[in-house]
Amino acid sequence: MKPLHAKLMRDLWRIKAQAMAIMVVIGIGVALQIMMSGFVASLTQTRDAYYERHQLADIFAPVVRAPNYVLGRLTEISGIRTVETRISSIASINLAGQDSPISARLLSLPLNGRRHLNEVRLSDGRFPNVQRPEEVMLLESFASAHQIVPGDRIEVTLNGSRRQFDVVGTAQSPEFIYFAAPGELIPDDARFAVIWMGRPALAAAMNLEGAFNEVLVSLLRGANKNAVLDRLDQELESFGTPGAFGLEDFSSDRFLSEEISGLAVTASTVPPVFMAVAAFLLYIVTSRMVRSEREEIGLIKAFGYSDTEVASHYLQLVLIIAVMGAALGCLLGVSLGRAMVPIYTTYYKLPFLIFRLEVASFVSGMLISISVASLGGFLALKGIFRLTPAEAMRPPTPPDFSKSISFQGALIRRLDQPTRMVLRRILRQPWRMLGAIIGISAGMALSLAMLIIYDGFDEAIDQTFNVIDRSDATVSFVSNAPQKVLYELGRLSGVEHVEPVRFVPVVFRNGVRSYKGTITGLGPEPVLNRALDSDLKPISLPKEGIVLSTPLADILSVSIGDDLTLEIREGQQPHVVTRVAGIADSLLGSPAFMDLTSLSRQIRTPGHLSGAFISVEDGWQSSVYAALKDMPAVAGISQRTEAERAFQKVMDQGAGSARFIMGFMAFAITFGIVYNVARVAQDESARDLASLRVMGFSHAEAVFVLLGELAVVTLIAIPIGLSLGTSFSHIIAAGFSTDLYQIPVVFAPKAYGSSIAVVVFATAFSGWLVQRGIRRTDITLALKSRE
Amino acid sequence: MANDAAISPKLAFEVEKLTKTYGEGRSAVHALRGADLEVGDGEIVVLLGPSGSGKSTLLNILGGLDRATSGSVLFKSQNLTEMNDRELTLYRRRHVGFVFQFYNLMPSLTARENVELVTEIAENPITAEEALSLVGLTKRIDHFPAQLSGGEQQRVAIARAIAKQPDVLFCDEPTGALDSTTGRAVLRVLQDVNEALGTTVLIITHAAATAAMADRVIHFADGQINKVELNEVRASAEEIHW
Repeated sequence: MKPLHAKLMRDLWRIKAQAMAIMVVIGIGVALQIMMSGFVASLTQTRDAYYERHQLADIFAPVVRAPNYVLGRLTEISGIRTVETRISSIASINLAGQDSPISARLLSLPLNGRRHLNEVRLSDGRFPNVQRPEEVMLLESFASAHQIVPGDRIEVTLNGSRRQFDVVGTAQSPEFIYFAAPGELIPDDARFAVIWMGRPALAAAMNLEGAFNEVLVSLLRGANKNAVLDRLDQELESFGTPGAFGLEDFSSDRFLSEEISGLAVTASTVPPVFMAVAAFLLYIVTSRMVRSEREEIGLIKAFGYSDTEVASHYLQLVLIIAVMGAALGCLLGVSLGRAMVPIYTTYYKLPFLIFRLEVASFVSGMLISISVASLGGFLALKGIFRLTPAEAMRPPTPPDFSKSISFQGALIRRLDQPTRMVLRRILRQPWRMLGAIIGISAGMALSLAMLIIYDGFDEAIDQTFNVIDRSDATVSFVSNAPQKVLYELGRLSGVEHVEPVRFVPVVFRNGVRSYKGTITGLGPEPVLNRALDSDLKPISLPKEGIVLSTPLADILSVSIGDDLTLEIREGQQPHVVTRVAGIADSLLGSPAFMDLTSLSRQIRTPGHLSGAFISVEDGWQSSVYAALKDMPAVAGISQRTEAERAFQKVMDQGAGSARFIMGFMAFAITFGIVYNVARVAQDESARDLASLRVMGFSHAEAVFVLLGELAVVTLIAIPIGLSLGTSFSHIIAAGFSTDLYQIPVVFAPKAYGSSIAVVVFATAFSGWLVQRGIRRTDITLALKSRE
Repeated sequence: MANDAAISPKLAFEVEKLTKTYGEGRSAVHALRGADLEVGDGEIVVLLGPSGSGKSTLLNILGGLDRATSGSVLFKSQNLTEMNDRELTLYRRRHVGFVFQFYNLMPSLTARENVELVTEIAENPITAEEALSLVGLTKRIDHFPAQLSGGEQQRVAIARAIAKQPDVLFCDEPTGALDSTTGRAVLRVLQDVNEALGTTVLIITHAAATAAMADRVIHFADGQINKVELNEVRASAEEIHW
């Protein structure tokens, strides 16, 4: 081994604690980057592979009833690769021990075994024999939620008649990766069922022999999707179609895609903040580390080593730390990513999910660490190279303090010497102090931002369940129920208040701009569930016209007073023109609101309701819910407490779970920075402290000079960290917010207090480590050499 | 104040009107105020004088570690004062060895590695083992500086300086941190190197007795050379007492 390499390795060993602290900080920045971007890539690739392997359709076109010969016409539409038909229906499963029937989707399986669109993936048992009408296959997640296994029987109410079926297998399908009950965010495996059975039997049961009620289409590469959708609508119009729609409007895919794009936003906003702080620390530490080697650099140059040789030696030291840190981050990022996989597969029914290392993010993390570390080292070296070897080998000339602040005041004279020394060190070397202050405040800012985000998540849940929705339960109706159901609800003993709601699927259209969404119809002056703007003020709904959220108005490019076409996607599917009566900043997503009466009139189905919000007197809950279950019009009840718990679970275990990892990382970075600042100060003042000891100051007094400085730096860093952290929290909150929930930045005294505690603890602990180091230093050695 | 005679026909250094000023304006320090000097090739030169009289500054400039403010230094007809950084680096690499008062060994390298640090880049070095055996340290070759006594460390420093077979050896207070017995041993090594390899040796010292072993003794005061003595006969290191 060459002597410079030996020196490199032994120097690295000498500064191992500090090098470790730097590696951890870089590693965390890189790990976060790799975890988040890897997750986005893994979910995207898994989804795409699953879709492709099981030939998920690009277009779904429901019809009321179309004869089979229509299929021939559909195959001629240009741009279509494959077109198939099937029968789809709604049924209910009556399980023993369940208060209310569970609604299920019934889908026909094709006749023969060739490749088909929307192929299912067998999990257990076997496929039903299509010639045996009593054999069915169940959605795996539902089956396992109810412990149904192949060989069991289930009772299903199908088209008005009760029938027994033999479950012969369970399966997964790319159609049903994420499926929540209507009006709910959170999937409930026990309450969402899919039954696959032979087409002849289903056709017979549904009176659809020789006909179909759903078309599945896959497109040729490069086909014009909108043109195909239009042609399908034309061809199927006479058979009663609510309109063909693309996969992107299919709810499972929509949820999954929104999750992925939400994660992508988080991945592109949050890790860079961490990386920036890590990079800053790396810069400070490497430049100081190199500067502390000044005398050795002078010596090596005295032997005749060139600047390039010296620079490459020190850059190697810095690079080893940076590369090892990045490699550590890579390992950590991949293991964290792997640990998060089961959390996702709980909610997203993917047959497999392999965490992938996103090479690009690894390379970029590596490059950022390396270039920042090199820059810090390089700038410091440049300063040293400007000196002649003779100057570099001498200890730095004492800085000129003749023009700095005088310490002659009466007040100052009352302070003891060590205190005066602390003050001098701080006031007379302001730039050095500034670096330390910025470093500590940046680390603290990360911790604070994450603590604010924690409160933001709590606040988001609170807003959703206590401010927007103040009801005790949301009752959803089987199909659009008449107004009188509302009175029936109101008459139940214990029900205090009932408010109607109607959700209408619609395509908003303004010229060429369109958006597929939902109109929420609310009663006059609602109390339980209100439309709120971003300031949490109720949005008042005018008697006529529609109120759009700001993002929706932007998408459609409309303003107040403009006309807007609503293509209703239910019932008779009328196209109506309404006026934009208001635009409001919404709290969540891109909603549109209308007065319920006005909405019903516009779409020509007055009195129809999707559901109701109710409040229940204390003590009456169980009897009210029992009564609700017996009402035929009621499809489901979502109790607020349960929904809140489920929502909390999704935030704690879904994408939101990353916040805990990030919080831990923020604390680690804060500690890494504080420790490094303390260590660098210790190295820089080792000779001064040894001199103090030689002069007769006690260990405690010498330590006081060093730690007093650290304490003052920390005290100054705290207010800066508080304000910087508040800024960071806005960036991170925006990164975590999705269409489904908005993470607000709330003023949280507890978060501020805790972040201060984190920094103070990190300072105290680092101080303790450093004073231990000083105690071990031989004071005479410290006076002679740099060690 | 004069360099009236050269005892060797070949000169290692010719120094003319050399000045060195640190800082500017009122805080300027004039370390050298116009020094003129000749050093013969293969001589042992001892520089004497009180602290701050300019000895180290001269040595640093001659060794290519520092730059003069004005004046010229010729090393075997190469003008050091006109060299750029790269040329000075090559000058140090090819021609010069240093021994410092506090040894300046790399604490993280063994004795052998400290020497190899220099042989690695030299053009015609002897091996680290040879260099260390010349200073009598064969047995402690794989020890770290912290495991060596002061005298041993200084001998490693000398081995490091001579391993490249330099033309000139600069020694800034090589015995300053050593007791007299150890100091004499170190001087013996310097004398051996001079005799065996013909290396020009310049030694800064506070110990006036050392002057006895020199060919030329230069007395410094207040940034100037105020006397140059030539010794007809050099004493051996063992004869020196302080």
